[in-house]
Amino acid sequence: MPDHLLEISDLHVSLEGEGTEILRGVDLTVGSGEIHALMGPNGSGKSTLAKVIAGHPAYEVTRGEILVNGESVLELEPNERSRAGIFMAFQYPAEIPGVTIANFLRAALNARRDDDDEIDVFAFHQLLQDKMALLQVDPDFSARYVNDGFSGGEKKRNEILQMAVLEPQLAVLDETDSGLDIDALRIVSNGVNTLAEADEKLGVLLITHYKRILQYIQPDHVHVLIRGRIRESGGPDLADHLEEHGYDWLKEETEAVPAGGA
Amino acid sequence: MPQNDTIAELGLDEYGYDFVTDDKPVFKSRKGLDEEIVRQISAHKEEPAWMLEFRLKALEIFESKPMPDWGGDLDRLDLDEIYFYVRPQDRMEHSWDDVPDEIKETFEKLGIPEAERKVLAGVGAQYESEMVYHSLREEWEQQGVIFESIEDGLKKYPDLFREYFSTVVPTADNKFAALNSAVWSGGSFVYIPKGVKVEIPLQAYFRVNSEQMGQFERTLIIVDEGSEAHYIEGCTAPVYTTDSFHSGVIEIIVKPNARFRYTTIQNWSNNMYNLVTQRALVEEGAYMEWLDGNLGSKLTMKYPSCFLVGEGAHGQILSIAYASDGQHQDTGGKVVHVAPNTTSQITSKSISKGTGRASYRGLLKVYEGATAAKSNVECDALLLSETSRTDTYPYIEIDEETASIGHEATVSKVGDEQLFYLTSRGLSQEEAMTMVVRGFIEPIAKQLPLEYAIELNRLVELEMEGSVG
Repeated sequence: MPDHLLEISDLHVSLEGEGTEILRGVDLTVGSGEIHALMGPNGSGKSTLAKVIAGHPAYEVTRGEILVNGESVLELEPNERSRAGIFMAFQYPAEIPGVTIANFLRAALNARRDDDDEIDVFAFHQLLQDKMALLQVDPDFSARYVNDGFSGGEKKRNEILQMAVLEPQLAVLDETDSGLDIDALRIVSNGVNTLAEADEKLGVLLITHYKRILQYIQPDHVHVLIRGRIRESGGPDLADHLEEHGYDWLKEETEAVPAGGA
Repeated sequence: MPQNDTIAELGLDEYGYDFVTDDKPVFKSRKGLDEEIVRQISAHKEEPAWMLEFRLKALEIFESKPMPDWGGDLDRLDLDEIYFYVRPQDRMEHSWDDVPDEIKETFEKLGIPEAERKVLAGVGAQYESEMVYHSLREEWEQQGVIFESIEDGLKKYPDLFREYFSTVVPTADNKFAALNSAVWSGGSFVYIPKGVKVEIPLQAYFRVNSEQMGQFERTLIIVDEGSEAHYIEGCTAPVYTTDSFHSGVIEIIVKPNARFRYTTIQNWSNNMYNLVTQRALVEEGAYMEWLDGNLGSKLTMKYPSCFLVGEGAHGQILSIAYASDGQHQDTGGKVVHVAPNTTSQITSKSISKGTGRASYRGLLKVYEGATAAKSNVECDALLLSETSRTDTYPYIEIDEETASIGHEATVSKVGDEQLFYLTSRGLSQEEAMTMVVRGFIEPIAKQLPLEYAIELNRLVELEMEGSVG
């Protein structure tokens, strides 16, 4: 059996230095070219899962495994995971005043190349222009400081632009739809679809609270995370069911499971 | 000398009102400095009698003033151990082999040409830019621009020199200005004639026949009516000298409707006490800008000043300080509004790393009658570790009701979320930290000529090496 792009098994996670488990045994597999939506109520651990995949230092994996292309990434630093093909689009991207998007992205590209093989300035400029054209981003955008004073929509577009330039194998989109008005949501969703079409091997884990974004990005699989565990997996129709019935029916089922059971 | 009177009348000497000090005498011995030495300096330079008198008077004032007890810790500055005058040829005596490896490595990493390295390390004779300089000098000469060493300025243009010398920074201004007045040696004399626009920055490098930058350099610049120029002093490469004390005085007169910018980037070796008085007198409708970068040194105390004495004058101070382990940068700026409709902006950025400490010390003074004066002060500090420190000492004195003043100060740390964000894109911790710092200084770096901005950025990268565990 070929290795999956992302294979998470029995993942248990707590905040570094604290006992309370946030993820309590997550199993999730994403294959190349697949789009998975991970849904769930607030506080279920969705964003934690995204950050743990990207290697956020505040979290401690106490049990379980994360494999990317069959290799464990648990011991890798965030930058090494990035170079291994993981990209996370942040829910709340940090602002880096004084650093232009162009300079940032050039540094990020060079960080995954050898010291004596840095990308040519003109070649980079062309690449960036091409990606911005592909995503229909204004050419002046890359001269702005990273997320500095950006609107919510601009921040998310910047995430998608970075994804386009860095060409990951696995994109984890953490609540990319939150805080976006309908126009911004459409633009960002189009961006993701464009990139998924351009690279048919791209695997996407789309984390969202609402079904709204799934009207624009069609998932192959939908999972529901409740209290740190995947409670339900299914096809796109699961999202419709959630839209109609909310999460409560799953919560009740979860409560019904005896402690230590299953 | 009318300008001297102005300053005396206004009572603008630093000890009069701002950075306060107790009257406790610190000096008992002055082994390193006495009248004999001052006479020797003057004789060696073949100076006119008035300059000798000036120096001797300054020596008296120096001796009568106590050491300042504000700012940085000067307790370990032992003036008895200082040679107050070193002839240029003696200064060259140490050899390349004596230069510490870490300095050599930094030169290497910065890619500084061999010849320039030796000058910077104080073991070479003259920066080999004579060819570049030559054509520039012809151009300047045609425009009537005077660009000489301070010694040659005094010799060749005695009347012009005497008219302005010590009018902006009076001898009694502060203890170290008095010291400099007694023992000054080296520095530039610049005169830009009326209406002349000098396109290419005048760089201290290019000055021929100059002595090495002295411990007690003195620079006098007169920018005549309606002219424009930019002067650059120092460089971003580390300056290695066996001296441990640098106390300069820079005086600038910006005549009506002239525009002038003075850029200093200094990166002293970390044993250096760097105490500099630099001040500009800005006349009607004139524009003065200080761009001041301080890296290295053990302690730097430096507050570029603008005295806005003519209506509509504008003063601008951009200052950046980088305090590494064991270093204290006590820097900032001073603006004094004397005339109506004068405007000023102070922008200060400091970075403290390890046990470094960066203090912003600023003075803003608006005299009664400086109607509708406007000033804005912004100081931002960035801390790179738990042990680094920053302080802000803003002194503001407003005696004019119609003045409008803004003051903003921020302190930030390089945030964990910023670092995670950048590392998640492939940058190492160190690269991420460096990127945040470079972004922080970008508003100032982009004001620099390109080659300086590039060097400054590289230098910050070097400073950041090993800054994360």
